[in-house]
Amino acid sequence: MSTVPTTGIGAPVRRKEDHRFITGKGNYTDDINRAGQTHAFFVRSPHAHATIKKIDTKEASKMPGVVGILTGADLAADKVGGLICGWMIHSKDGSPMKAGAHPALADGKVRYVGDHVAVVIAETYAEAKDAAEKVVVDYGVLPAVVELASCTVKGVTTIHDVAADNVVYDWHLGDKAATEAAFKKAKHITKIDLVNNRLVPNAMEPRAAIGDYDSGEDAFTLYTTSQNPHVARLILSAFIGIAPEHKLRVIAPDVGGGFGSKIYVYAEETVCVWAAKKVGRPVKWVADRTEEFLAVAHGRDHMTHAEMALDADGKILAVRVKTRANLGAYLSTFASAVPTYLYAPLLSGQYNVPAIYAEVEAVYTNTAPVDAYRGAGRPEATFVVERLVEVAARQLGEDPAKFRLKNFINKWPHQTPVIMMYDAGDYAGSMKQAMKLADVAGFGKRKRDSAKQGKLRGLGYSAYIEACGIAPSAAVGSLGAGVGLWESAEVRVNPIGTVEVLTGSHSHGQGHETTFAQLVAGRLGIPIDQVAIVHGDTDKVQMGMGTYGSRSGAVGMSAIVKALDKVEAKAKKVAALCMEAAEADIDFKDGRFSVRGTDKSMAFGEVSLQAYVAHKFTGEQLEPGLKEGAFYDPTNFTFPAGVHICEVEIDPETGITKVVNWTAVDDFGTVINPMIVEGQVHGGIAQGIGQALHEGTIYDKNGQLLTASFMDYGMPRADDLPNYTLGFNSTAAPSNPLGIKGCGEAGAIAAPPAVINAITDALGHEEIAMPATPQAVWLAAQKTLKKMAAE
Amino acid sequence: MATVSMTVNGKAVSGTIEPRTLLVQFLRENLRLTGTHVGCDTSQCGACVVHVDGKAVKSCTTLAMSCDGASVTTIEGLAQGGVLHPMQEAFREHHGLQCGYCTPGMIMSAIDIVNRKGKKLDEHTIREELEGNICRCTGYHNIVKAVEAGAAAMK
Repeated sequence: MSTVPTTGIGAPVRRKEDHRFITGKGNYTDDINRAGQTHAFFVRSPHAHATIKKIDTKEASKMPGVVGILTGADLAADKVGGLICGWMIHSKDGSPMKAGAHPALADGKVRYVGDHVAVVIAETYAEAKDAAEKVVVDYGVLPAVVELASCTVKGVTTIHDVAADNVVYDWHLGDKAATEAAFKKAKHITKIDLVNNRLVPNAMEPRAAIGDYDSGEDAFTLYTTSQNPHVARLILSAFIGIAPEHKLRVIAPDVGGGFGSKIYVYAEETVCVWAAKKVGRPVKWVADRTEEFLAVAHGRDHMTHAEMALDADGKILAVRVKTRANLGAYLSTFASAVPTYLYAPLLSGQYNVPAIYAEVEAVYTNTAPVDAYRGAGRPEATFVVERLVEVAARQLGEDPAKFRLKNFINKWPHQTPVIMMYDAGDYAGSMKQAMKLADVAGFGKRKRDSAKQGKLRGLGYSAYIEACGIAPSAAVGSLGAGVGLWESAEVRVNPIGTVEVLTGSHSHGQGHETTFAQLVAGRLGIPIDQVAIVHGDTDKVQMGMGTYGSRSGAVGMSAIVKALDKVEAKAKKVAALCMEAAEADIDFKDGRFSVRGTDKSMAFGEVSLQAYVAHKFTGEQLEPGLKEGAFYDPTNFTFPAGVHICEVEIDPETGITKVVNWTAVDDFGTVINPMIVEGQVHGGIAQGIGQALHEGTIYDKNGQLLTASFMDYGMPRADDLPNYTLGFNSTAAPSNPLGIKGCGEAGAIAAPPAVINAITDALGHEEIAMPATPQAVWLAAQKTLKKMAAE
Repeated sequence: MATVSMTVNGKAVSGTIEPRTLLVQFLRENLRLTGTHVGCDTSQCGACVVHVDGKAVKSCTTLAMSCDGASVTTIEGLAQGGVLHPMQEAFREHHGLQCGYCTPGMIMSAIDIVNRKGKKLDEHTIREELEGNICRCTGYHNIVKAVEAGAAAMK
């Protein structure tokens, strides 16, 4: 009998990483201090759009504790390259996107409030901040381009010379002619206009960086709050030119949440690592929350007109979508991919849609850069599809659930008209399971009970789909990606049978130290505490692509599986030589290697020891050691999908919307640790409810950010949110060895349309935008009350 | 510069600091107790919550000088003799944390709630009392469960 505890795949193992976090022993970037360290504070633009006529640092440099003040001129003199956008998008006419230069410190012009003008480096943070106040910048203020609706009108101020009309690209996807033809024969056309509100990711740990330079080795180390330290090193080496890769170590220690915002290479860490050599001492920078609001990459910010064509039976014929996407003042690292290939290929949703045509115009504005935020493009697509479907069903007088069931895809694989080949799923099954869990049958009574108390109750569905496990490298390469999106793993078995797994994935809350160890412990039949997961250091892990796009399970763990396959194969050779048997006769089960048909066997730890002492075989027979690496490139995207049902109760007197029930049935394929997966879903839903009800990023007409602190921006709090009822309806992903689809973004993708569909159901009309704040809902409810009074 | 003395996690400590030094800076930078975090600077997020003379305070908006002579407990001071505080144990058992950044403040606030409201806490009370602690990862569902269980387990 096996003595291995139940810690393998499927077990709700308590997290290995938690001990350090609950005892205050986490090791975040700001917890690290280097000998001789200085502190950086950035002088940021107070204007949304201005030329820089002069920067006077004389008085500032005489302030106490100042070690150095650096500007864009110093960067240019050192030939430090600008920040890059790593995904090339071509416009309809074939022309490449118009990427304006993005220096880490401004080169004669600033383009948003918070843009980086200079860095003051001093002995203490307070001294750096004090001295920064004394830097005198002479600005030539230019008109700010802020409004998405008017940022490309004739005669508007140009933000980047390369894009005179502020258009980054004008892109399209799908079959225009087929879509137009389908619309011509439609019996009914549903049309909607939507705004997908701009969000600030707000990981609780603000971004931070420490640059360190070792003059003896001529080598740099950067400690940074990154979701993908290897990609950061690649960009800082190959494009920005800080140092070649073997002279630049990037360490991303414990990272306090990311949600996409810590994928990118930002100005601040670039300046810290470069400045460390300039001043000859380590340079530390930690953002305060307002700096985060001003300069972290924001999310969403779309304006969309969408139409759905339907036949006489209420079957979808076609969808056409025209979106304008705000990319802010500069192109962030993956910004261009978000409103294109992470968006339009999901416009088929879970539905049979014979024809789709999408046009996306991406624009510059004098606002912070916009890039991927939890879900990235897929929440925007889901919001379009699920609002269209809901409104279409209502216009046709059909039950929204039945309408969805009628139009769901029910055969797999399914090729959509927009690139994606959905490989496995059970959309109708998830809908039925969710309806049961949510007691949809009892909704009518609950609605009547609410009405008796003067409340408006509504129920909203969201049947979302996402493309995760990003992604097959050749496929994304053909779509413009500058990198491949495989993942790496190395499994190092130590002589006594403990195991270190080096992964290119990065954990910043996802619990990889536990889930990855579950996979390894289960596979090798060893206790989970004998497995350590190593990540986040380019000196330890050779190469990796990091964590985003719900890819660490599907891609990162698949790489570990490949490496484990090799470890097992090698260990079998060792066992065969030790037990004088044929390799083909060795079985491996529950942590023991046995010779088939005999009572001879060896424990995993005995075999690993023999692999290293190498006494039982010669070097000609077998290489000593037990360490294997693998790179895994997925064969397809994965397609997590599910149905979320939101029930709200609105008080028309106050406009307060209370989410009273939340039900989610998700298909994530194989679930490694249900406790962790449920936690991911909870967090995603909370961010989605936040988008729908609370969070809005407001710039005034001059480009001043009015929501730049937690006093002004509606972060969801404990008393804003409900408990969640979750269910799984898993179908294995055929594209990876574990059958994992990914779960990290689902909630954030599913939730916003579920909330808005519930609110509009309660209101009895469609006139509400996100965030549906009490004021907005109160105004909308007055119309409902008038209508009810008239009836 | 000024001198400040206080008891932190049962130990007498003192330091020479600028009078504008915040309690969280004194803890993190002078004492290297980095378990207490800063998440917002505006007293909203609660990542910086510690106990001063037995009461929860936000150390990012408390001057260190104002705690002269006080007794301060931080997240590092909760476990006794290697045994976790029941609230720490409950956060792990109920998966009440993901990235871990808000966790020290959450746990310190949760204990303060129990000190003020007793060991039997309902969901509504917990959610209202956690108004001053923001978590971006968990959606609060499991934090609420952890606080309820941790409260019940406290002596």
